[in-house]
Amino acid sequence: MSRQAPVRDVVPAVQKLRIHYAKRGRLRFSSHRDFQRALERALRRCQIPMAYSQGFSPHPKISFANAVPTGVASEAEYVEIQVTALCDPVKVAQALNDSLPEGLDVVEVVEAHTADFIDRLQASLWRVELPDVSADQAASAISALLAADEVQVTRKTKNGLRTFDARGAIVSLESDSGDLGAEWTMSGSGCAILKAVTRHVTPSVRPDDLLSALRIVADLEPPTPPRVTRLAQGPLNLESASVDDPFVDDRAV
Amino acid sequence: MVSKPIQYVGGELNAVTKDWQDVTVHWALMYPDAYEVGAPNQGVQILYEVLNERSDALAERTYAVWPDLEALMRQHRVPQFTVDAHRALGDFDLIGMSFSTELGYTNMLTALDLAQFPVLAADRNDEHPIVVAGGHAAFNPEPIADFIDVAVLGDGEQAVCLITDIVGAWITAGKPGGRSQVLKDLARTGLLYVQSLYSVEYLPDGRIHRVTPVDADVPWRVSKHTVMDLDQWPYPKAPLVPLAETVHERMSVEIFRGCTRGCRFCQAGMITRPVRERSITGIADMIDNGLQRTGYEEVGLLSLSSADHSEIADLARNLADRYQGTETSLSLPSTRVDAFNVDLANELSRNGRRSGLTFAPEGGSERMRKVINKQVTEDDLIRTVTTAYAAGWRQVKLYFMCGLPTETDDDVLQIAQLAREVIRHGRQVTGRRDIRCTVSIGGFVPKPHTPFQWAAQLDHATTDSRLHKLRDAIRADREYGKAIGLRYHDGKPGIVEGLLSRGDRRVGPVILEAWRQGARFDGWSEHFSYDRWMTAAASALDGTGVDVDWFTIRERQQAEVLPWSHLDSGLDADWLWEDWQDALSEQGVDDCRWSPCFDCGVCDQMGTEIQVGPTGVVDLPMPSIAPSPVLAGGT
Repeated sequence: MSRQAPVRDVVPAVQKLRIHYAKRGRLRFSSHRDFQRALERALRRCQIPMAYSQGFSPHPKISFANAVPTGVASEAEYVEIQVTALCDPVKVAQALNDSLPEGLDVVEVVEAHTADFIDRLQASLWRVELPDVSADQAASAISALLAADEVQVTRKTKNGLRTFDARGAIVSLESDSGDLGAEWTMSGSGCAILKAVTRHVTPSVRPDDLLSALRIVADLEPPTPPRVTRLAQGPLNLESASVDDPFVDDRAV
Repeated sequence: MVSKPIQYVGGELNAVTKDWQDVTVHWALMYPDAYEVGAPNQGVQILYEVLNERSDALAERTYAVWPDLEALMRQHRVPQFTVDAHRALGDFDLIGMSFSTELGYTNMLTALDLAQFPVLAADRNDEHPIVVAGGHAAFNPEPIADFIDVAVLGDGEQAVCLITDIVGAWITAGKPGGRSQVLKDLARTGLLYVQSLYSVEYLPDGRIHRVTPVDADVPWRVSKHTVMDLDQWPYPKAPLVPLAETVHERMSVEIFRGCTRGCRFCQAGMITRPVRERSITGIADMIDNGLQRTGYEEVGLLSLSSADHSEIADLARNLADRYQGTETSLSLPSTRVDAFNVDLANELSRNGRRSGLTFAPEGGSERMRKVINKQVTEDDLIRTVTTAYAAGWRQVKLYFMCGLPTETDDDVLQIAQLAREVIRHGRQVTGRRDIRCTVSIGGFVPKPHTPFQWAAQLDHATTDSRLHKLRDAIRADREYGKAIGLRYHDGKPGIVEGLLSRGDRRVGPVILEAWRQGARFDGWSEHFSYDRWMTAAASALDGTGVDVDWFTIRERQQAEVLPWSHLDSGLDADWLWEDWQDALSEQGVDDCRWSPCFDCGVCDQMGTEIQVGPTGVVDLPMPSIAPSPVLAGGT
């Protein structure tokens, strides 16, 4: 069906800005779409001179990179915007931070000087708190998982149930013990804390897939829902099995 | 994890969380539907702000939780909580329930029960909050008399302040006389309906004999509230911006309140009289301020008939100029059928996205439109819609009702004819075949305080059969049928709505029984069960001598005492009856904004007056826009 889009003056984009933000506290329950709307509105409140797509239903030019699942907190989310006038990244960060609700916090804004940003987001570092699971239990489950060549897990995706290997994406996985306080644990006792580095693959291997894998190989069934945070996202450093800062090249210019 | 957890966490932009200890009176405001429907509700947002501006009060919000969370809350004994500070409902002094529709009643019971206090008002004690109901449905609160303590009729802004004053004084004095004393204090104003202080007697045939106050200093009649001079009440000043997706992804500004078009089916138009306009400058200031504080890209100009604002043309032109180049669009809710409204819609969508246009002829035949006093001819309609197609709109939605008094199959079948003519003319003027018309039909439910309050509701089987005949007529049309979309629902939910709308206190046990059997979210077809309601009604009404048919498909006579006869909407009962008789003889009545008063009774009874412009302000100053603070260079 043909519809005629109204003719508009299209102002071209002159600058790309990359935004590093965090999703904290109760706002970890915001979905990717929730954040998308909140950001679009904050950009308008801050009078950021956004570039718009053409067409019948113009949209601001915003590109999102692999968002965390709803319910997972993150210290390392990234989004790229295009603007029609040169902006000061520091001022943009400040204005957005003042405007976004507490819990959606802008960490840093840089001007894009490099291409292929999304390709640089190769891996994630996760922290998974398992209340009411002892460090020993976690450690033995991890050994079992790391000893396996592959572990098939099943997850509901928008295309229905999908079964895939979760082991291959794991670069490193270790555990530690911690104290979350009585509020988060039923027993009031400590908890195990997992730290995992995973490669970004398709289909993506998420923290809940790691937990499924631990359940499959070692019957690890946390009695209390785990709390998960993405601590970092960026280029994979295979030597140290860690995740590097993806803004390094943009900042260097 | 529960679905869409963001709806329970609060943290909306412009939400307010005050310190509990700093105030005397604590309100929990509830819109008893899902967050996505309740959060944008203007009534709740207005009262939330009005109360939070007071130094002696705070207000937090709560919404109906979906069954998945309800199950978890019961399992873990988590009480119904507010989204603002996540406090249990039982901690509050007052719970304000906003009922735009009766289908929220069962959700109220879920919330009260999850809050871990008795759902029956009679079982609650001094430790429990006072439950106040407002909204349009509260103009007949008799079916929920068992569950609420107080009903408020009309505009809430001043009413919540009156309640806060009285309850605050009682709390400060150490709650003398307990709950029963403060309820009596509230009732004595004559502005707040405390149902436990009125007794209802019935005649042997089931009709109401009389409703009498149980105490000498409780007034016989309770009056509605009317806020005058809307420019003095520019709420919401800071509209809430939810993180979760809601049904209205836009900011709304109420451009006037009340309507005197006199459509006889329309409860809103009858109970919100007289018309009170916000001025063009007041509206522009609210929009400017609201956009800055929310970042929304669409503004809805809200009212019962927005194109009727005396300054709407100047307003539309000024706003379109003002927001040129900002991707901000303005929209009107469904409009009357009038070619002028197409120009208006063109102007309003100048800067932003252009969605469809909606018109509401309501009645399918010319005769029907005379009965309901919707004075639109077929020619008007075709001319208007054709103008819209010619102006580049491709999709037009027409809204009708089925089951109106005196309606026959033929009246409804004429909708198909009308839609066909609309497409035929549309194709002629545009030379295109891709134009569409969607016909949307709702079942008519007679409402209290309208000329149709005496009418028999159409039974659901006949409603369904008429709608099916219409569907078949559209389908059979080879030439135009494919360009016509039809949206309708079956007639059964309307019968339950009718029972709850015109019911009396004997309907309370039906609601309780249906809820006990699992009724939740009755406005949602996937949750609604007609059979559950009928089973509940059969057992709860057993022995009363009345049944669902008696409340719904029975026509009432002039002498009958209606359950809401003692509740004063200002409308004169004799005038309503005359208007009902005029409807039956297909006589129209004009709008008192531009023709003499026809004595509906409201202004005399309530001491109010029509407040309309124009103010004489034709051009608004352009707002001075500071340069964006984020630009590189400069200061």
